[in-house]
Amino acid sequence: MKYLDEYRDPRLAKSLIERLRRKAFSREVRLMEICGTHTVAIFRSGMRQLLPPQIKLISGPGCPVCVTASEDIDRTIWLAQQPGVITTTFGDLVRVPGSSSSLHIERSKGADVRIVYATLDALQIARDNPDRQVVFIGIGFETTAPTIAAAIQQASKLGVNNFSVFSAHKLLPPAMRALLEAHEVNLDGFICPGHVSTIIGAGAYQEVADNYKVPCVITGFEPLDILQGISLLIDQVESGRAEVENQYRRAVTWEGNPAARKLIDEIFEPADSTWRGIGIIPKSGLAFRPGWKKFDATVRFSMPEIRVKEHPGCRCGEVLRGVMTPPECGLFRKVCSPQDPKGPCMVSAEGTCGAYYRYSE
Amino acid sequence: MDSGLIQLDQGSGGRAMHELIDTLFVSAFSNPFLAERNDSAVFEIRSGRLAMTTDSYVVDPIFFPGGNIGSLAVHGTVNDLAMRGARPLYITAGFILEEGLAYGDLKNIVMSMAEAAQEAGVLVIAGDTKVVPRGKADKLFINTSGIGIVPPGIDVSGQNARPGDLVLINGTIGDHGMAVLCKREGLAFENEIQSDAAALGRLTGLMLDAFAGIHVLRDPTRGGVATTLNEIAEQSGVGVRLFEEALPIRDDVLGACEVLGLDPLYVANEGKVLAIVPAQGADAVLAAMKSHPLGRASCRIGEIVADNPGRVFLRTRIGGHRLVDMLRGEQLPRIC
Repeated sequence: MKYLDEYRDPRLAKSLIERLRRKAFSREVRLMEICGTHTVAIFRSGMRQLLPPQIKLISGPGCPVCVTASEDIDRTIWLAQQPGVITTTFGDLVRVPGSSSSLHIERSKGADVRIVYATLDALQIARDNPDRQVVFIGIGFETTAPTIAAAIQQASKLGVNNFSVFSAHKLLPPAMRALLEAHEVNLDGFICPGHVSTIIGAGAYQEVADNYKVPCVITGFEPLDILQGISLLIDQVESGRAEVENQYRRAVTWEGNPAARKLIDEIFEPADSTWRGIGIIPKSGLAFRPGWKKFDATVRFSMPEIRVKEHPGCRCGEVLRGVMTPPECGLFRKVCSPQDPKGPCMVSAEGTCGAYYRYSE
Repeated sequence: MDSGLIQLDQGSGGRAMHELIDTLFVSAFSNPFLAERNDSAVFEIRSGRLAMTTDSYVVDPIFFPGGNIGSLAVHGTVNDLAMRGARPLYITAGFILEEGLAYGDLKNIVMSMAEAAQEAGVLVIAGDTKVVPRGKADKLFINTSGIGIVPPGIDVSGQNARPGDLVLINGTIGDHGMAVLCKREGLAFENEIQSDAAALGRLTGLMLDAFAGIHVLRDPTRGGVATTLNEIAEQSGVGVRLFEEALPIRDDVLGACEVLGLDPLYVANEGKVLAIVPAQGADAVLAAMKSHPLGRASCRIGEIVADNPGRVFLRTRIGGHRLVDMLRGEQLPRIC
């Protein structure tokens, strides 16, 4: 296949693995892949068992569904329960369990919950159903936020008054800082997300590398990309450097995508946001700017106060912070499985628990 | 006045229903059994073992690139029989129509069923039609049953896989699921992905003629190749090892899967058969498969092993191994 096979070449992969194996490690090197897509790509390639045992890959808080706070999940469920509302969302969110229900369960009870592939599809549903309220559940990182901002702008231009967005967006660099500040997990390097970086640019990690002396390598998603990313990180660790390097040059520039960031900036402003398992991280979410609040679902609907009830044994928080692996959780495989998930990390296709469950013994 | 839309009375048992049955179904499926207009079809069978199956079709959209719900119903039913080594003979079809369905759509669907049945060499010998009020069904649902004869000496079953057997497939995986998904969601890629829906009875007939000792035949429909192989691994108490570089996947299907974050191993097929064959028969079966138009791209994708019974593993391109679990829930597109 054009542009894919080149990045899956078994001979190149073997030589990269050999190169890593020949290295003399004086200690364990702990690298965090922040992005859920990386987690899944690593598992799907079977790379873990090929790497030297001294390289430890730790999955981070980079699955959008997983880091969404329980109270926000409950709010989306409350929205779906409101009469006349069509709730639109990206795939995985529908199965995430809230305190007592999920969008999936609400749908089977008669709620109108629809999975869309693009925010503009949600806007189209609003235009097709002028007598209904259409809410889009906006989750995701800097990658999805511009498309949601564009849909809001479009709704404003077209005068669509029955469309609103529940913004539970998250920004990644503040979460990286929060993880490092907490000193819970010792990291020797970040495998930085490819998709998010197309928007925020490689430059966004400079501050992390400088202030915390942790190497950052922006990495693509094919097996060769990831192996090369790991190799660059190991080289930095060996030579005592902490720099930002860009392995994913075919998609990511130093500046990122200023037009997309401008779009986000026009509609949203950074705001404190609650992350599952981490808590409130300053300026790590996106709130509507004053001029756009009429599209804010939390303004359009007067939501009751939410009291969250999480499964007492669920350790998604620890898994998201990288301090625990899924098999160390007491629920993993015993009562928590993709069919009956107790926490979001098991639900999402990009969740760490789901990846461990599906791809490893 | 003829609106060109299906009306409630066309399922009521009265004149309107008889007109629909006569002008559409009896003429399209044209055979002596239906022409009798009796309550059931009566037919002779040779002595031996019969295979029988039933299935329901509720696909959305009802028309997709490479087929429609009608041809799919015939193909799916014929394939269920073929997967036990049976030669398909007769099928029945029950139609649940939503009031307001365009008559032209129904006609197209029935005509393509008739065509599919003729190609597969089966007769549609009994049928039923109901019309339900608008909103009580989604355009139309089809339920079928099928009956076929299993020739002597054939024992094809999901329980028969043995260590040392080879896993063969008759072509690319994931075509049908991606064709339907792209059509339903209005996702446009460079070329329209075509469904692989096809009746496999003649192909499996050739395969069994070449080597009667085939252990397992199974069509990897919903849940895809991964789920079907997991079922076989569990039923037979064996392990399955797949080779990633051997999996045949069309470029456009792989591209669409990459964009949506889906795994082609879990995407539905409607014209594919997985054959698990003892090593000594594999060459003959593979040659027979390649001699048929539906098997030109046949290849070996894996093997049956004794270790890890009940599980499917994939040897990846870069030389690693990973578990290929059964599909759990729906496969949902990723967020970023």
